[in-house]
Amino acid sequence: MAFLDHVAILQVAVPLLAAPLCVMLPGRHLPWALTLAVSWFTLVCSIVLLAEVSAGGSIAYHLGNWPPPIGIEYRVDAINALVLLVVSGISAVALPYARRSVEHEIEPDRHGLFYTAYLLCLTGLLGVTITGDAFNIFVFLEISSLSTYVLVAAGARLDRRALSAAYTYLVLGTVGATFFVLGVGLLYMVTGTLNIADLAERLPPLAESRVVQAAFAFVVAGMGLKLAMFPLHTWLPNAYAYAPSLVTVFLAATATKVSVYVLLRFVYTVFGHEFAFIEPVLAWLVLPLAVIAMLAGSVVAIHQDNLKRMFAWSSIAQIGYMMLGLALASASGLTATVLHLFNHALMKGALFMALGGVMLRIGAVSLASVRGLASEMPWTFAALVIGGLSLIGVPGTVGFVSKWYLILAAIEKGWWLLALLIVAASLLAVIYVWKLVEAAYLQPAPQDRERVRDMPPDMLIPLWVLALANIWFGIDAGLTTSVAGTVVNAFLGGGS
Amino acid sequence: MPEAITEHYNYWLVIFLLMAGLFVTITSGNLVKKIVGLNVFQTAVFLFYISLAKLEGGTAPILTGEPERFSNPLPHVLILTAIVVGVATTALGLALVVRIRETYGSIEEAGLQEADRQDELRAAAEQGR
Amino acid sequence: MSLLGHPLLLILAIPLAGGVLVACTGRWPNLREAVTLVASVLLFLVAYRLMEEIGSGGRPGLVLIEVLPGLPIALEGEPLGALFGCIASGLWIVNSLYSIGYMRGNNEHKQTRFYICFTIAIASAMGIAFAGNMFTLFLFYEMLSLSTYPLVAHKENEEAKIGARVYIGLLLGTSIGFQLVAIIWTWVAAGTLDFEPGGILRDAVPPAILPILLALYMFGIGKAALMPFHRWLPSAMVAPTPVSALLHAVAVVKAGVFTVLKVVIYIFGIDLLAETGASNWLVWVASFTLVTASLVAMTKDNLKARLAYSTVSQLAYIVLAAALASGLGVLGGALHIASHAVGKITLFMCAGAIYVATHKTEISDMKGLGRAMPFTFGAFCIGSLSIIGLPPLAGGLSKWYLSLAAAESGLVIAVLVYMASALLNVAYLMPVVVLGFFGRPDGAPADWQHEPVRLPWLCVLPPCITAVLCLYLFVDGDSVIALLLPLME
Repeated sequence: MAFLDHVAILQVAVPLLAAPLCVMLPGRHLPWALTLAVSWFTLVCSIVLLAEVSAGGSIAYHLGNWPPPIGIEYRVDAINALVLLVVSGISAVALPYARRSVEHEIEPDRHGLFYTAYLLCLTGLLGVTITGDAFNIFVFLEISSLSTYVLVAAGARLDRRALSAAYTYLVLGTVGATFFVLGVGLLYMVTGTLNIADLAERLPPLAESRVVQAAFAFVVAGMGLKLAMFPLHTWLPNAYAYAPSLVTVFLAATATKVSVYVLLRFVYTVFGHEFAFIEPVLAWLVLPLAVIAMLAGSVVAIHQDNLKRMFAWSSIAQIGYMMLGLALASASGLTATVLHLFNHALMKGALFMALGGVMLRIGAVSLASVRGLASEMPWTFAALVIGGLSLIGVPGTVGFVSKWYLILAAIEKGWWLLALLIVAASLLAVIYVWKLVEAAYLQPAPQDRERVRDMPPDMLIPLWVLALANIWFGIDAGLTTSVAGTVVNAFLGGGS
Repeated sequence: MPEAITEHYNYWLVIFLLMAGLFVTITSGNLVKKIVGLNVFQTAVFLFYISLAKLEGGTAPILTGEPERFSNPLPHVLILTAIVVGVATTALGLALVVRIRETYGSIEEAGLQEADRQDELRAAAEQGR
Repeated sequence: MSLLGHPLLLILAIPLAGGVLVACTGRWPNLREAVTLVASVLLFLVAYRLMEEIGSGGRPGLVLIEVLPGLPIALEGEPLGALFGCIASGLWIVNSLYSIGYMRGNNEHKQTRFYICFTIAIASAMGIAFAGNMFTLFLFYEMLSLSTYPLVAHKENEEAKIGARVYIGLLLGTSIGFQLVAIIWTWVAAGTLDFEPGGILRDAVPPAILPILLALYMFGIGKAALMPFHRWLPSAMVAPTPVSALLHAVAVVKAGVFTVLKVVIYIFGIDLLAETGASNWLVWVASFTLVTASLVAMTKDNLKARLAYSTVSQLAYIVLAAALASGLGVLGGALHIASHAVGKITLFMCAGAIYVATHKTEISDMKGLGRAMPFTFGAFCIGSLSIIGLPPLAGGLSKWYLSLAAAESGLVIAVLVYMASALLNVAYLMPVVVLGFFGRPDGAPADWQHEPVRLPWLCVLPPCITAVLCLYLFVDGDSVIALLLPLME
């Protein structure tokens, strides 16, 4: 089967080749249709890949039949198969939703360009995830980032602040990527390879080398910027708040997850957490920052009036959860991080999709503007509530599953204070979710607003697919936990 | 100590450029100057890659048959890619600055922040009514 | 037995299916309410059959789905749950009749939403009653909190909003803040969350730590309204009266103390608590709550607020019984769940009937009203006497066993508190009856003095039925005790 042999490269090549094609397509519907087809194709690819590696093996694909160290290798194991699924899955669900939302928010003559940037962003994110070459990660990261800046700036038609948000994001994102590539250069200097598997083999004897330690610092700082680790998060709230709805859905659900994946990969595969200098970094730097992010992100979210920015701040808090699990460096902690990668994509995807619907109908997403809207858009707000409950971590939703493992990890270590802080952050989430619930359900609609209809079905269905996935994977977490288990075994089992 | 500087002068240069670039990026209030700072910052990394590939007396890696010392070509190739990325970033950044100038009428960070704050207040006032 | 016809599945499926049908038939109120009634009757039949099966020694079990490795959503029948399930579903029938009268009599808005949330709440209560492990119980516990939120906020005005905010804030806050931590701790320590007779924590947690874990559970079960986390119950009184009646006198609060008993019996084990004395501190907290809430109740002029504080105090009876960590105490606590449920629902339904008829909420405005509404005040009188603990009413039976347990434990404080609180009960409940029948209204004569009170018969009949139930539970007390005897072993 030729398809099965080359599925790893098709995953990235198809969206990459579709992008220039998309520029040439006329009108508004053709570019959308092409993007939709490509997204669904990548979803099929990632399902095939996940099915093959979920048992614990890995797939290696040599580009142009050049074996590594000369050629670039794509290597798929459980963790990046899962992230591929998240990226392509969210894209596949979001695109049916995209058509009306983009028609409403983007200039009619720019749809081809918009979808081209979107395809490039998809290519980049998939590429970062699938590649087994450290420098290749940088290249794909910049492909996705550059197109992301464009996509964020595309929100300028509705709010000019999208431009300044995109600019800030560009500057900080470039600094982050440059730090990362500097770290990769240092690693290359001492090991002479860029292949991740080779790096992992050659680094342990060099653990005492100052160069390797500096490389680690640059990689963590660079990725910290890209994934909005507190206090390097400043670009995120405005970028999410003013980007077009589709872009917010896609970015919030995938972009930071991919960066978290890269960090996981470097900390646990390339360096290996048993490196003597990594443990204190995790325990004394990443962990406190994660806790601060968790609490501060939630507190700031409570005080936001713009709902997109509220959930953007909540994302910073949720990234704190992921970093916390990573920093705990135990089986339960890593399971929590891997699960939350997947689960948070479902939650934020659903939440931002619902907000996109509100944007479509009333053109604003502030607490004041959604007053009394729940009775007019019952389905949208019901999904919003499900996403919110999931964010809080109510049992029966995905949020509960990841929180369960995170608290478990804290208690296993006997860190009671930490367990209580995690719980406290959940309770802060109750506050901001409930501000939204009260505004939408219990406050009367403003007099001067016309009554609106609910979202059209082609937007509601994707929204509800994600909302129900929040419940489905919260009640039957067998699939996600087994993949996470495989990942954790690979990360922790290899070295120690 | 002096050898640490003289033998590794290329790294000191790189560090200086990195810091200078980052400093300009962070402190400059002018959006174009920020992009220039970013450029310097990225160029430092290019230099770093290229200089680490250089061997004393090494030539271009053309196989002539004789045993020869030649520079590692891989970093050069990588940096070709990185330069492309850098150019794209600069182009995009400048394009954004142009758009910002068109809509805000300013390319000073202070003016931009003030305008954003005004937008915020206006939005709040509209909803408050 | 096929899975679909499994009674434990039916017990969840019937109310949920009822909810779906209510949603579909929302346009036709008569059909909608018929659906609710049919669902409640069917549910009671299934619950009663389950109780019979469990009474004769059966322990039906059902694993629905494995959520996390080793952590399934599992249902299992045992005596305590059977009793709670039967009481809650039986009273749902009566309460559904009453809801029809009340909601229509008051012309409430959004009645379909009201009935849908009600069915979900009942399904959650059933899930709690028949939960096979602590994880399942927690799932349904949170479902119950969330599904009752729209009911508490039903009026959608400022007062309802703030009341509902306190309600959901305290219930979610305590359950996530303490209970979840306790559950995960138990999971780490014991490696299981199944309810096992005799408990799962023996040798798993050092005895010195047990009181802390117990405290996390007891304060984490906010629905048991242990002070200082009792504020949600008075706040919930902004809800329409049928909600207060069934949910905040029966399903929700009893789910709280039911969980307390479950944790004490099946997670810690009575013997373990008795040996280590880990629950001694709880005796004091429960006693304090019991007496303080009674005293606060006396100061409340609003009838529903007074009943709410009375509920707080009666719940503390059951927590106190659990804290005694003896077989008799558990038996008394379980009996009190049943007897207080029928007694308090009677009182709430009477309060609602008074509100529908006269729109009066303050006790001082009800002087002489009993002569105009003899049935309502008669039922109120019987319910009050039952809660005070006078034989031959249900409360007499449960308080008898509670006092026995206190005496057996040798804790003077417990005996004193039980005795004193009976007097306090008289002091805050009987004035309503006495004023109602013998008081002279002050000020201008009210409407109900010169023309007959108009009241839907569906508001009068249900409290009378539950008043009769108070009597029945005493007369048939033997069979209830026989059901519960396995708990004492």
